[in-house]
Amino acid sequence: MDQIEKLASDAPLLPAARGTASPARARRWHVAVFLAPALLVYTALMIVPLADTLRLSLFRGVEHVPAFVGLDNFRVLLTDPRWSEHFWAALRHNFYFFAFHILLQNPVGIALAALLSLPRLRGQAFYRTAFFLPTMLSFVIVGFTWKLILSPLWGVAPTLLGSIGLRGWFHPWLGQESTALTTLALISVWQYVGIPMMLIYAAMLAIPHELIEAAELDGITGFAQFRRIKLPLIWPTIGICSILTFVGNFNAFDLIYTVSGANAGPNFATDILGTFLFRTFFGNQLQLGDPNMGATIATMMFLIILAGVSAYLFGIQARMRRYAL
Amino acid sequence: MKTTIAACLLSGTALAVLSLAAAPAFAADTVLTIESWRNDDLPTWQEKIIPAFEKGHPGIKLNFQPTAPKEYNAALNSKLDAGTAGDIIACRPFDASLELFKKNQLTGVNAIPGMDNFTAVAKAGWSTDDGKITYCVPAAAVLHGFIHNQDAFAKAGIKQPPKTAEEFFADLDKIKKDGTFIPLAMGTPDQWEAATMGYQNIGPNYWHGEDGRKALIEGKEKLTDPAWVAPFRELAKWGPYLGDGYQAQSYPDSQNLFTLGRAAIYPAGSWEIAQFEKEAQFKLGVFPPPVPKAGDPCYVSDHPDIAFGMNARSKNADAAKTFLAWVASPDFAKVYSDSLPGFYSMQTRSAPVTDPLAQQFLAFRASCKSTMRSTYQMLSRGTPNLENEVWVASANVINGTETPEQAAQKLQKGLDSWYKPAAK
Repeated sequence: MDQIEKLASDAPLLPAARGTASPARARRWHVAVFLAPALLVYTALMIVPLADTLRLSLFRGVEHVPAFVGLDNFRVLLTDPRWSEHFWAALRHNFYFFAFHILLQNPVGIALAALLSLPRLRGQAFYRTAFFLPTMLSFVIVGFTWKLILSPLWGVAPTLLGSIGLRGWFHPWLGQESTALTTLALISVWQYVGIPMMLIYAAMLAIPHELIEAAELDGITGFAQFRRIKLPLIWPTIGICSILTFVGNFNAFDLIYTVSGANAGPNFATDILGTFLFRTFFGNQLQLGDPNMGATIATMMFLIILAGVSAYLFGIQARMRRYAL
Repeated sequence: MKTTIAACLLSGTALAVLSLAAAPAFAADTVLTIESWRNDDLPTWQEKIIPAFEKGHPGIKLNFQPTAPKEYNAALNSKLDAGTAGDIIACRPFDASLELFKKNQLTGVNAIPGMDNFTAVAKAGWSTDDGKITYCVPAAAVLHGFIHNQDAFAKAGIKQPPKTAEEFFADLDKIKKDGTFIPLAMGTPDQWEAATMGYQNIGPNYWHGEDGRKALIEGKEKLTDPAWVAPFRELAKWGPYLGDGYQAQSYPDSQNLFTLGRAAIYPAGSWEIAQFEKEAQFKLGVFPPPVPKAGDPCYVSDHPDIAFGMNARSKNADAAKTFLAWVASPDFAKVYSDSLPGFYSMQTRSAPVTDPLAQQFLAFRASCKSTMRSTYQMLSRGTPNLENEVWVASANVINGTETPEQAAQKLQKGLDSWYKPAAK
């Protein structure tokens, strides 16, 4: 028994143990060589800055000398009302922003993909390009264009509404606390709806024709065919879209900064973690930048995203059914 | 592989040849790079200010390298930390630059010849709290007031610009009733317009300029005192006179609205003068912020805005000192205020201003007492930042989402949470 266990545990070591060990080891150098470029670039550009951010969040500048304060910055961020009010508000806005995307952007993306993959649709290529076009535009162009469209002074929105007698329905949506964040979320959905559409469209094209044919022979057509046959097959892609949306939304910053500025007005109504981080880290007008508190917020964002992605990977993706096609 | 090496060698040689060829051109002149947030002034610097300097100082070349105002502080701090900032730094007043001096990124300028051309008040914006060390050479101050469209005033039957708050609102009513012009050109989404051109513009008449500002710093007055809530009460009445949808009207929108001749009164800073004179097709007028009651003393925000300092790690320290000495001289004051009307020299013996509108603005200094923005000195050092809070509060008050009293209470509460006035 002992003997057998010993043999068994020894087994994988055998090649190395047998005779000259050096050639075997030497042969493995190529692994390191091939890994090196990617590893070096990734370490220099991602891992080191990430580790340094985590390190920065544990320090505080006292009279320009960094002092180690442990997790005190996190305590301040989460409990001191001067910081926590902004933090929780920004987090709430982030969830609102995300909810809008998951409930609107992805279903619309799926619907557009389903329509595009209809075999008898005319002008498919045109629609596909048109829907995807905003995604390729810079956020600066998108932000500026929508600001102009919705401008109460020069915008086309008030004029268009006026031409059908609904001028009274127009409000300075981007300038009102009650509507600013929703407006921005809709702009963002408009811009990025192309991504879930494209991914899901590709997944739908990958569904073998025989399967659809078999369904049709069994009398499953139209919407039932979409629900019973296609949808189960594209669930994994929808999952990927959702997680991409989640990561993208919790890292969001650019559109809001372009449209509402670093103060994320009106009255911080559009403040999300990204703008809060920017304001804190780099400073704003007379407010000096605070890299330590900035790093603390960045770390919190990292943890939130990590938690979300882990929950998805272990909770949802692991249980998802896959079909071999 | 061989080709790569050969290519590397070739490009290396090419670089060497290039740098050899370029070297003599650089060796003769010292090039000073100037960091600034005034990207609007780039043509003026290139066409007027830089030639004026280079004419008198052969061997030194200037390279004016502005950043967008919004990004300037963040960009400058990063560049200074990384050691890649220019030789000359345009200094924001008070704490932003004080911090740089404390970090040894700016040097003291007390020894620069010509520093005695400035009063202590002018130097206050760029000196240590005890006033002993000055670290930037003051270049320009900006004045606040209102610019108006004289055609609009004539159309509404207004003969004299308003002197009191009561007259101001009576005139706004007249313009509104006439209906041709939007009475006031201002929006709230950019927030700083509401704070700087609103609150800090009309405020000094209520808190009595320097008296109130100093009392606030010493802790003898509070932002919840009637004198400090009053300007918010005035601002709260502005909303109905602003353009339709002012909640989404940005700063450039307001400027265009006024210069296109669609609005009557523009709450202004003197830095607008050059642009407005160029674009407006109608006659412009100015008036100082209206006083609460007839006969009250008037105060005007005469805010130290720009100074120039020296990067402590500059490799061209001598040339930088020469430039700063020129900034402190009347020559600079003349060319600067002539080419950038609305930016007023802070030197004690400066040349007369030539631009007519800028002259009218400057006259406020003679008839009213000067003060500066209340939030800049010491009060915006902590968290929450008072200046930022005032931006948000001013916009909220005009939008009507916060009452003047609520806004004042919030500001004072924020200030109390970190600011402890020095011994009373």
